[in-house]
Amino acid sequence: MFKTLALAATAAAALAAPALAEPYKVGIAAEPYPPFYSPDSSGNWSGWEIDFADALCAEIEADCVITPVAWDGIIPALNTGKIDMIVASMSITEERAKQIAFSDKYYDTPTGVIALKETEIQPSAEGIEGAYLGVSVGTIHETYARAHFSEAAADIRSYPTVDEELQDLAAGRIDAVVGDMLALMPFLESDAGEACCEYRGAVESDPSILGNGVGVGLRKEDTDLLERVNSGIAAIRENGTYDALSKPYFAGFDIYGS
Amino acid sequence: MIDAIDFSLLALTSPGWGGALLAGFLRSVELAAGGYLLGIVIGLIGATAKLYGGRVLRDIAEIYTLLIRAVPELVLMLLFYYVGTDLLNQLMAAFGREGIDIDGLSAGILVIGLVQGGYATEVFRGAIRAVPPGQIEAAQALGMSPFRVLRRVTLPAMAPHALPGMANLWMIATKDTALLAVIGFSELTLVTKQAAAATREYFLFFFAAGLLYLALTLISNLGLRWLERRARRGLPAAA
Amino acid sequence: MPDIDIVTPIHPAPALPLRARLAPLLMPHRLVMAGLALAALLAIITQMEWSWLPVYLPKIGDGLLVTLVLLASSVIAGFALALPLGAVQVTGPAPLRWLATGFCTVIRGTPLLLQLWLIYYGLGALFAQFPEIRGSWLWPYLRQAWPYGFLTLTLSFAAYQGEIMRGAFAGVPRGELEAARAFGMPRLMVFRRVWFPRAVHRALPTLAGEIILQLKATPLVATITVTDLYAVITRVRQDTYLTYEPLLLLIAIYLCLSGTLTIVLRWLEGRVPSGH
Repeated sequence: MFKTLALAATAAAALAAPALAEPYKVGIAAEPYPPFYSPDSSGNWSGWEIDFADALCAEIEADCVITPVAWDGIIPALNTGKIDMIVASMSITEERAKQIAFSDKYYDTPTGVIALKETEIQPSAEGIEGAYLGVSVGTIHETYARAHFSEAAADIRSYPTVDEELQDLAAGRIDAVVGDMLALMPFLESDAGEACCEYRGAVESDPSILGNGVGVGLRKEDTDLLERVNSGIAAIRENGTYDALSKPYFAGFDIYGS
Repeated sequence: MIDAIDFSLLALTSPGWGGALLAGFLRSVELAAGGYLLGIVIGLIGATAKLYGGRVLRDIAEIYTLLIRAVPELVLMLLFYYVGTDLLNQLMAAFGREGIDIDGLSAGILVIGLVQGGYATEVFRGAIRAVPPGQIEAAQALGMSPFRVLRRVTLPAMAPHALPGMANLWMIATKDTALLAVIGFSELTLVTKQAAAATREYFLFFFAAGLLYLALTLISNLGLRWLERRARRGLPAAA
Repeated sequence: MPDIDIVTPIHPAPALPLRARLAPLLMPHRLVMAGLALAALLAIITQMEWSWLPVYLPKIGDGLLVTLVLLASSVIAGFALALPLGAVQVTGPAPLRWLATGFCTVIRGTPLLLQLWLIYYGLGALFAQFPEIRGSWLWPYLRQAWPYGFLTLTLSFAAYQGEIMRGAFAGVPRGELEAARAFGMPRLMVFRRVWFPRAVHRALPTLAGEIILQLKATPLVATITVTDLYAVITRVRQDTYLTYEPLLLLIAIYLCLSGTLTIVLRWLEGRVPSGH
């Protein structure tokens, strides 16, 4: 039985081979975002999202090239053809959906608040009273903080990258950071993070701003690529590849969300 | 506190970031050199347009240099990056070919070159005007074509006058490559920030990057001073 | 007898009649270009997406104010610092001279962006190591971003201007200094009444250019979260996903700023007697 399966697989691969087009440029943000994607000292990018993109590309039988692009220009880069897909932890929001097309979600984690241990900050408008907040520029977390916390907070500072806001949090320049819970976790587990700060909980949900999970960004006219990506995501979820690649990073919980 | 700094992070191979810093440094030098050369070409074209071109050409060159001198380099680089690549793609599409993808190095060189070209135009214009007109008239009287006059008389004669300005422009080019970090090009400053963020050793890496830039500046200074002395031989001492 | 005529009053050249002054602008090709520019401007205003402008205008105003305040304050403080830096490189005791030269070389030899990040994030790392600093009276300033932007811009301006001042101090004609000494003025009085004013005078023409260069350096503070004009436009780009319109507005604002500054500075230069 195994032999027939193998034969069938090779036949399918042989038939699919001519469909392999030129490589797709998969855009990630040039700013590191551990544990999803970050560079090591030799310039190779690794992380959960890199593994996910590789698995997705393998599933839809396409050649993919990871292409870092500055986050604040990533949507224009997609629309002008510099990259072909965005796999950069980009949340599916209405505003963005006006510019590009999104695939089905491939993970969904709440927006949380981490704060300095000595403060009493809680993830609500009352709990943020008088605090200095840090957010990452161009993210849903920034939009959320400006929409919900701008009166209560003393100041909301927009940092170019997550690393910089965490650095300032450790330095004590800001009291709390609003961001993706998973992206903030590696910091809390590090020595610097453990010493200074703790996780205070998730903010109240607001789907109009926070969106409904993270999806692959595609150009609006690439409709068949969209279909392929969606079927690829569904296939990865079903055949266990998703759980397998998530285990080394997120043991114990499913980041797909409900 | 000195002993708390982990100098092994600067090691040349992984997990040290020294190799990455040097690679970024090389990239910066490539960007600066390419942009500088492109700037020289644009500057020569611009200077001849301003001095010998018709009225329209002169005004266009004037607008170009005005734009470069009045608007911050960072904003110009953003503009050239988006407009430049967009225009190129549209041009390609108009000719029926699909958009070519300019790699990071070429885009960076294009961007720096366009900014440098604006300043270089002014430097060359001043230098050409400093050439004694008698020399150019003599060459024309001998029957040389305008291009030959330019090549044989004007350019060699204006070189010593242009050198101080061009030396300054090289320094500006090397430092402007750092601005490309804000746009996301991988060069020394961006790699330094990534290394510092990954290891949380900000002081160490920014200091190391500063030393690399300083080394480049000082070595360039020595080289340019030698060049200036060579170019000025036979001329009266500079004022 | 002195060879400088200090008796005959100097009258400025009579201004050209209006017609002659306007003639260059009315040349045919300029009119065509002006027409094209106007058409392009109209196309930009009507065809491109500007609905975001009224919403963001107050923020853009705030950002502009931050830019101007940062520019003015860093220029003034930087110039004040540049004077001793330049002077000590010409006279001063050797160790001070080396210090000043070293400072100028390092600042002029490294990119401003690197200096900015080194000062802001490097010091930030220091604060993480020594949490006691948070209790000090300086903390409300140390936790904000603008003091670091101000400091870095000031140091940068001081280094570049210090180099210019060095040339200015060295270039004051020795004859004037010798004449002042021959009059019996003590060294400090020579410095105060002859050397210093003459040097500053020599440096003034380049100051306008340096101020414009400083204006072009200010957008970098946006990378350390100071909300200047560039930072506000970046936010507009993020929120609206437009690439060209915010950039075009930014360029237009900077062109106006540079133009206004140049006109104001040139007028000020005209008010200062050049003495030659």
